[in-house]
Amino acid sequence: MSEFLWQARAALVVAKKNAMVYYLKPPVFTFGIIFPFFFYLAFAAGRNAPPETMAPGIVAMALFFTASAVGPLVTPWERQAKTYERLITSPASLIAILSGDVLAGTGFGVLLALLPLAIATLATPASVVAFLPLVLGIVLGSLSFAALGVLLAAPATQGPSQVMMLSNLVRLPLIFVSGVFIPVSQMPAWGRWLAPFSPLSYCADLIRSGFGETHYWSTLTDMTALCAFIIGFMFLAARWHKRTRDRAI
Amino acid sequence: MHLAPLACHGEPALSLPPSAIIAGALTRAFGERLAVNAVSFEVAAGEVFGFLGPNGAGKSTTARMLTGFITPTSGRALVAGIDMAQHPSEARRHIGVVPEEANVYADLSVWANVMLMAELHAVPKATRIERATRLLERFDLAGRATQKGAQLSKGLRQRLMLCMALVSEPQILFLDEPTSGLDVASARLIRDIVSEQNRTRGMTVFLTTHNMDEADQLCHRVAIIDKGRLAAIDTPDALRARVNSRRSVEVRFAQFSGRPGDLASELDHTEVTLLPNGFRAYTPQPGALAQEIAVHGAAMGLCIESMATLVPTLEDVFLSITSHAAAKAGAKEVA
Repeated sequence: MSEFLWQARAALVVAKKNAMVYYLKPPVFTFGIIFPFFFYLAFAAGRNAPPETMAPGIVAMALFFTASAVGPLVTPWERQAKTYERLITSPASLIAILSGDVLAGTGFGVLLALLPLAIATLATPASVVAFLPLVLGIVLGSLSFAALGVLLAAPATQGPSQVMMLSNLVRLPLIFVSGVFIPVSQMPAWGRWLAPFSPLSYCADLIRSGFGETHYWSTLTDMTALCAFIIGFMFLAARWHKRTRDRAI
Repeated sequence: MHLAPLACHGEPALSLPPSAIIAGALTRAFGERLAVNAVSFEVAAGEVFGFLGPNGAGKSTTARMLTGFITPTSGRALVAGIDMAQHPSEARRHIGVVPEEANVYADLSVWANVMLMAELHAVPKATRIERATRLLERFDLAGRATQKGAQLSKGLRQRLMLCMALVSEPQILFLDEPTSGLDVASARLIRDIVSEQNRTRGMTVFLTTHNMDEADQLCHRVAIIDKGRLAAIDTPDALRARVNSRRSVEVRFAQFSGRPGDLASELDHTEVTLLPNGFRAYTPQPGALAQEIAVHGAAMGLCIESMATLVPTLEDVFLSITSHAAAKAGAKEVA
């Protein structure tokens, strides 16, 4: 078996372990499901906008919160539970372990984003008119958010709560500058300037495109940007995790 | 090629098998502090190698550099002939690790914990099921296969961790304080199985421990590390021979309230530990001293209940080599 295949298989094993251990952990449930749900209610309350116009934003936001909820939890939890050292000393490389964390976050995000997607298409007049941008938005968006989550898990700490706090510090501002509820084209100048720095902007743009709404960038630009974010986050995560690997033990 | 089985512990290797582990001037600094300072040794294939040292001496740091968890500041670690720094993943395919203070996955069942490690080592499905079944049976965990890790006691968790390390049938097993804090039955079971794996499969074992009896029972050779430096490395018997001054005579009388020096003049100048109705005296020639004590004791009308000449234990060796002995000697001089 080539080294690449060996490590790819190891990443899948790690992802399976993460799904079994972490999907139902309270912080993942709280910050991945309850948090975006109430965030939506707070945002939607009092607005007269028809629900179908909010559907792309809700799907993007749900995807963002769910996919980025698993990553920040895994490494600090493993350190706290004293399972981290054995995982690191297994044949799975650090990249394979981090890829497993990303895959687990991605799976969680995609699965749970299907729920608002189903509600939006079945219970509101919203409909999917272009599947490719929608699927690309969900898959690439989920991968990039999960990679962001894994990057945020790198600080040397044994306390999952500290990392969850840090992750919210990063995630919450991104909601406001990413055209989730207000399309980027309708945002003020400062918002249009900041939006390109958030992966959520491109994900929301692709999903908006899937629902047949006006999009700000081309599909190719969205895809390229999301791929760049995935690679960038993974690169930084690998470097940072390597530096902090033997700390906080 | 493997060493002779561990039937007679402490016996040196009869042949010169290839090295399973090579530590070459391994050094690790944490800030200004040198936790491990240029430590070098080799462990032969099939050898059980004990790594002893006081708390904070650098045992776990050395083990963690050998397993690739900690990157050395300088030096080199070769495991199964593979450079850990250059090909860590490849090197780790040959090892099983039970780290100090490690734990099992509390949310996974006993079976799932073992399967996880087998899958990480790419053990084929049929093989991993067969091995896991056999190991759980051997470790007396078969009846608990569906229990969650969180439901196990410390002893059972440690057994499970050893199952997880052995399911890949590693060439080399790293054990960091494997029996620390365990009940007698669990500790003995773990020692028995480690010994059995060494005997039957020729598995190399790198054991860090505080337990001198354990090291004495299991290890072909031991190394003693103190303050980050390797202080001694040899077979337990050879190490014991280094501290002849720690040979001793232990005597107990039916009743004794006198001064040991009254029984033999040598006892005024040698280290004596008082015991209930007796004492232990340290001397390079315990036979002669025992005779003198017996003669004078009889003359003084003392009734000897038991008398024994004792060779140094590994603990004596350890204490005489490590700084504890120096501190103890220093304190004695001051007194």
